Amino acid sequence: MMTVKKLSREELLLPGHAACPGCGAMIALRTMLKTLGRRTILVIPACCTSVIQALVPKTSIGVPVLNIAFAASGAAASGVVEALEKLRRKDINVVVWAGDGGTADIGIQALSGAAERKNNIIYICYDNEAYMNTGIQRSGATPYGAWTTTTPIKGKTEFKKDMPMIMAAHGIPYVATASAGFPLDFANKLLKASKLKGLKYIHLLAPCPTGWRYDSKLTVRLGRLAVWTWMWPLFEVEHGVFKLTLKPKPRPVKEFLEPQGRFRRMTPEEIELLQKWVDQRRELLLKMDGARLFPQA
Amino acid sequence: MEVKIYLPLSSPTVGAIGKTGLWRVFKPVIDQEKCTKCLQCWLFCPDASIKRAEDDSVSVDYEYCKGCGICSDVCPVGAIEMVKEG
Repeated sequence: MMTVKKLSREELLLPGHAACPGCGAMIALRTMLKTLGRRTILVIPACCTSVIQALVPKTSIGVPVLNIAFAASGAAASGVVEALEKLRRKDINVVVWAGDGGTADIGIQALSGAAERKNNIIYICYDNEAYMNTGIQRSGATPYGAWTTTTPIKGKTEFKKDMPMIMAAHGIPYVATASAGFPLDFANKLLKASKLKGLKYIHLLAPCPTGWRYDSKLTVRLGRLAVWTWMWPLFEVEHGVFKLTLKPKPRPVKEFLEPQGRFRRMTPEEIELLQKWVDQRRELLLKMDGARLFPQA
Repeated sequence: MEVKIYLPLSSPTVGAIGKTGLWRVFKPVIDQEKCTKCLQCWLFCPDASIKRAEDDSVSVDYEYCKGCGICSDVCPVGAIEMVKEG
């Protein structure tokens, strides 16, 4: 088990990068680089992090990074893995660090292909629930009721795409969800993923003060509230067996929605509808806990 | 004639986009007497601006701290206070 004291002192995400103050994704990226260490190759499609790492000839990330087109992250990572195999380099982690747009919307075909080919990749989707760096446009991962610049003024009318379950249905060895509010849980899941063969998928909720419209100091608190209200349950699917990693006492969804400006225009009826959906999902997940969902591939 | 080929390669640099400490409106001030060395602020700092010493005591790198306030929010003993700059 990973603890704070065991976490590496080496900083591979260097200070002075271009992220907004209070960026949830950077908490996770820092934890990820500390956990996996120097022997990592990052593949980054167009997303917040491709801006955050700064401009040529400087970068803020202390490991090799391959910046690639939006739709190509899965395919590019497959190429890196194949090349490393030909060079007989076995101890290097190939990690895709993609946003929710580059995973759930634009990059899903390349990701699906890489999963089917069983390439040895750790795919991390850091989900800030919209296209944040281009100016908060809605994505498939934007939750119900959230305002973005391309939703109706009252907020999104559709529900969030269940990306982890789509990936689990590919029969890959490991799928997990994580939150920037629980970086040590994320580190443990990464350690588990790095030991398995095949494509491993971790979906990480990264609160975004700019796009979610809240005070930047609340990032960690919202990352935790998302889990405590069951808006973002933490689970893992290991070789087709589903397991909840945290089963908190459910809190009302309103506690998670209230600090955020993007849910400001939700009516009480809409909040009730969302609460009902979350409750239903919680009951389903609790029923599934410990059960085999997909046959072992 | 010699043709120079320029490869767009970047090298890791501290402060790649400049001194981000200039963005700060509130600055975190650590009360070392209250600090219990639990390292929560170091773990959660998105800017790697909390420095961890050999004995696990912490200090703030004011050159790059953007003043988001996460460290003062996660501190379990309230040892970090946000003070207005200037």
